[in-house]
Amino acid sequence: MTTGNDRAAVVVLDGASKSFGALKALDRVDLSVGPGECLGLVGHNGAGKSTLVNLITGLFAPTEGGVSYPGAADHRAAGIRSISQEGTLCPNLTVLENLQVTQRDLTGWGWRGAAAGRVMAALDAIFPGHRIRAHTLVIDMTLAEQQMVEIAIGFAEGATPARLVVLDEPTSSLDASIAAQLMTHIRRFCAGGGAVIFISHMLGEIFDVATRIVVMRDGRSIADRPAGDFTRQGLVDAMGHVADDDHQPSPAALARALGDKSSHILRTPEGVEARRGEIVGLAGLAGHGQAEALARFYLSRSSDWRGASDPQAVFVAGDRKRDGVMPVWSIRRNLTLAALDRLTRWGLIDHAAEARIGSEWQKRIGIRTPDMGNPILSLSGGNQQKALFARALATQAPVVVMDDPMRGVDIGTKTEVYDMIRHEAANGRTFLWYSTEMDEIRNCDRVFVFRDGAISAELEGVQITEEAILAASFEFGDSAA
Amino acid sequence: MIRLALPVISLVVLICAVFWLQPRAMSYVGLNLLFNLAVPIALATVAQMVIIMVGDIDLSMGAFVSLIACITAAILPGNPALGAVMLLGCIAAYAALGALIEARQLPAIVVTLGMSFVWGGAAVLILPSPGGTAPGWLTAVMKAKPPLVPMAIIASIIIAAVAHLVVMRSAFGVRLRALGGNARAVSRAGRSTIALRAWAYALAGVFAVAAGMALVGLTTSGDANIALRYTLLSIAGVILGGGEFTGGRVSPIGAVIGALTLTLAGSFLSFLRLSPDWQIGAQGAILILVLAARLVVRQAEKRA
Repeated sequence: MTTGNDRAAVVVLDGASKSFGALKALDRVDLSVGPGECLGLVGHNGAGKSTLVNLITGLFAPTEGGVSYPGAADHRAAGIRSISQEGTLCPNLTVLENLQVTQRDLTGWGWRGAAAGRVMAALDAIFPGHRIRAHTLVIDMTLAEQQMVEIAIGFAEGATPARLVVLDEPTSSLDASIAAQLMTHIRRFCAGGGAVIFISHMLGEIFDVATRIVVMRDGRSIADRPAGDFTRQGLVDAMGHVADDDHQPSPAALARALGDKSSHILRTPEGVEARRGEIVGLAGLAGHGQAEALARFYLSRSSDWRGASDPQAVFVAGDRKRDGVMPVWSIRRNLTLAALDRLTRWGLIDHAAEARIGSEWQKRIGIRTPDMGNPILSLSGGNQQKALFARALATQAPVVVMDDPMRGVDIGTKTEVYDMIRHEAANGRTFLWYSTEMDEIRNCDRVFVFRDGAISAELEGVQITEEAILAASFEFGDSAA
Repeated sequence: MIRLALPVISLVVLICAVFWLQPRAMSYVGLNLLFNLAVPIALATVAQMVIIMVGDIDLSMGAFVSLIACITAAILPGNPALGAVMLLGCIAAYAALGALIEARQLPAIVVTLGMSFVWGGAAVLILPSPGGTAPGWLTAVMKAKPPLVPMAIIASIIIAAVAHLVVMRSAFGVRLRALGGNARAVSRAGRSTIALRAWAYALAGVFAVAAGMALVGLTTSGDANIALRYTLLSIAGVILGGGEFTGGRVSPIGAVIGALTLTLAGSFLSFLRLSPDWQIGAQGAILILVLAARLVVRQAEKRA
């Protein structure tokens, strides 16, 4: 490993492995990332992407093999920065104060001015036209703005300039135009000699910016080629999951096509309607009132004062950390939470029934764990989300409300959950589904497109196309037809 | 800024009520009497705020301030060197507690509850019965009579300003607040959370030592039980001042105002000629009232 190319590299992994107990998370990976490269890293959850990133960013030491930073003592001196999926901001600090957490040279008199200068310069360069101010508390900003700040901090000028920036799902909360600004910046950064490792479940983005793509599966790097050598289908195949494109309309949709005008079982103040067994999508650009509409509907159907043994609606959270998981509970307890009122006898929990539901749903939805008694945080993000889905589906509720639940989940998990949703809809459940991803919206029988907090279009069946949704999201001037 | 509005309003309303009940309080001497005992409480509240800021809570604050008062009254006048070493040792002990809590991932509420008995025992060993004297310079500082504005007010402003500079403006304070906001982000940035928590506890220790010394400066003697109620007063003061129990969201200026409000609530009830039997309950009622107002404001803010 002493070729000229390697000596110029920012980071070199030489047969690096990492084990957690019996589990081999990373298995003899060779990789080097050089200046000017944008490496797209793909693989489904549990493939070892996060472990690989954690080795590169110096969070873990490899159990075997080595990680070296040619020309630098450690990852910090090598100028390696990372933006992780879990969020690296402190919500109680302002934008400029958050820069201080990562940059150690910001001390002494006048550090605030220097910090504000650096972070605002980065924001202006990456996201021209943003409206973020350096003195705003992170907690007061939207998710998209928080993600923009995180990215800006990753690229910001500092005592050690950024030479390799790891972006893990950096666009999960950004809408298309902001994401495009980021893509432009990544290309500019790489053209200037910087390196980027880009992890995304949006293959379009990977093809958009990556010069080289590494595919991971089961802890190994199974393909490492220039981006041009891959096709979209080839990439999905390599990851080990074949996306299932055609979908059958649900019975509710078929019935409607046959002229069933049965009344709606729900109608929200905004005008979202749904029939029994229908999958109704809420589309449009992120942050145009979809999540709020869902939350209002859900809260109107649930009581503040008592839990119900047969709730009218259940909620699947998109922001897992905030609205979803009970972090110190086991997977099983997290799963049975919503159905708890049916599991009690004389006010006490029937543990046998709880265990039964737990193992039943583990099988049905495929939660990958040796023991449902393990803490929920031991699962990968996708599997945590499955547990939250199971929590909702384990109840008898006729309506399931989903707030962009697939954020940052791999294609394999998604396909499995889509099947589950279709199956449940066929059994008469109604789904209200807010999604920021076009592929998901195509799974719906009917779609309401939101713009500026109101419905701008209602699409049904064959009308649900990417073009129609985009047109309704971006309508200029003339009113909806 | 809106966060600070409510503590300020509650303080102003209480001051007006006191002046209305007792117009003679509207004077240099009156103000000094009203706020005199607020100075040590304000210092203890800031100390508690630093602990709450890093996501912990300190149930030993009252016992610790009492211990400091005993050291100040019993040892500092006769043997300044030994007294100073003991006070510094107390701060170091606090830092060590912080390091221990982080390193072993212990719940601070349990550790500090246990330590409160240790501090209390040490205080009784040092000063078995109430007594001692305050060092002359300390009494001189605490009972100084600057022109125009009473010492209690000046001291409160200085405490608020220093705490604000250290906690809100300095890079050091930002790192401590970051620990309360997102400890994982801090350790990912390559900083030692153990060192940071130790620093936070040391900072709290400094303010708590100042609280104990200020208290002796006012009372001119010490007692092992002199400040036991400071534990709950300081927690209430932080929350009154707009701080939150979790997430590292605190306000030093608000905390000082909260401490002043709590002290004033006591005087207000005395002026109402309320029987002492009812005073503690009434003080609690005032606290609930202010916190309820805060909730209403917070909800209105969210709707806006």
